[in-house]
Amino acid sequence: MNPLIDRRKFLQLASLGGGAAFMSGLGFEVLAADRLSAGVAAEDFYFVQLSDTHWGFKGPDKNPDAAGTLQKAVAAVNALDKQPDFVVFTGDLTHTTDDAQERRRRMSEFKAIVSELKVKQIKFIPGEHDASLDKGEAYQAYFGDLHYSFNHKGIHFIALDNVSDPAAQLGLAQLDWLKADLQALAANTPIVVLTHRPLFDLYAKWDWTTRDGQQAIDLLMAFENVAVFYGHIHQEHHHVTGHIVHHAAKSLIFPLPAPGSVPKRAPIPWNPAKPYNGLGFRNIEAYPWKNYRLDEKAIISGETL
Amino acid sequence: MKAYWHKCLLCLLLLTPLAATANAEPTVIVIKASKFLFQPAKIELKKGQTVILEFTSSDRLHGFSLPDFALQADIEPGKTTRISFTPDKAGTFVFRCSVFCGDGHEDMAGEIVVKDS
Ligand SMILES: [Cu+2]
Ligand SMILES: [Zn+2]
Repeated sequence: MNPLIDRRKFLQLASLGGGAAFMSGLGFEVLAADRLSAGVAAEDFYFVQLSDTHWGFKGPDKNPDAAGTLQKAVAAVNALDKQPDFVVFTGDLTHTTDDAQERRRRMSEFKAIVSELKVKQIKFIPGEHDASLDKGEAYQAYFGDLHYSFNHKGIHFIALDNVSDPAAQLGLAQLDWLKADLQALAANTPIVVLTHRPLFDLYAKWDWTTRDGQQAIDLLMAFENVAVFYGHIHQEHHHVTGHIVHHAAKSLIFPLPAPGSVPKRAPIPWNPAKPYNGLGFRNIEAYPWKNYRLDEKAIISGETL
Repeated sequence: MKAYWHKCLLCLLLLTPLAATANAEPTVIVIKASKFLFQPAKIELKKGQTVILEFTSSDRLHGFSLPDFALQADIEPGKTTRISFTPDKAGTFVFRCSVFCGDGHEDMAGEIVVKDS
């Protein structure tokens, strides 16, 4: 099976009102359906988003396999028929600790585990658990820059850091950098933003927001095709601000409840009848018209569904 | 020395308006932030009545965020942070720490109960 296109599954999802999974605001469903019958164009590619692995977390009632879930995710990505162009981890790679030495130990263990990925192109984004307590010092030593941009097959990728400032903001310096980074681009350049926290106000009562995220959104609004992939909320979530789409990814440690669905934002306990329920990663398929098909993958005792 | 007196003078000037309205002086509600709780974690207020929320931190930088009223403050250790607050609606409203402070940060929250006066 071609992992890029499983036509039957795709049409099924589309007819089930898969608008959430295919949301683009640009009529992607129609375009995609047409395009699928025509086969895959040469520049199609996909990348994998993994998020919130929280290496070092302990809590048997939330994930009794906390020390083994990351490895299962790595094995699941390695088992994909066709390997992705690259893999991105959108933050909270490690679970927070006050002990600076332990923080570095977790980072080095995390790095060793993900080095088992067959794909060697790995992009990292910091989460507040990695970078807030020391303003990203250890993170940078292990994973490099806190924010950066790169181009891949016609798409401009921008990694934004909304966590190394513990007040959860991008800050003026980074916003200036973003402005300058965008300056060089044509308005129709497709842009993918990778970040940890939601840039929009998803649910302020649970602190699911970025204080100055709207300023980044305002800068991005000038571009016709922008998609944001983020983590932090430990669940799949899709949202549109103007014509910008925002897709949150599942966690690989424990799921969190839907925004505002319960009084307390507490991890959903492990269900022995359904191990790894709510955990997973996603394949993000990019098409020549620069829309994205998200293929959510579950972790099922080490295998993917 | 001169700078010190200047500062004192400035303080007096700043305090004057408060002193002039001694009758209606708002109640000060002292809230202590520390890893990973607010004390008190439950605060009862009356709708329409102005209070001063006074924050201190005993360990590190914390934050106070009350999204229903768009209130936001950083709570620095060794400093007293005051915000004036007049709740204009009744109900129970969650506030939480808005500066990541460690492993218990996600649980560092409290609630303000506003009663119709
Ligand atoms: Cu997380
Ligand atoms: Zn996070």
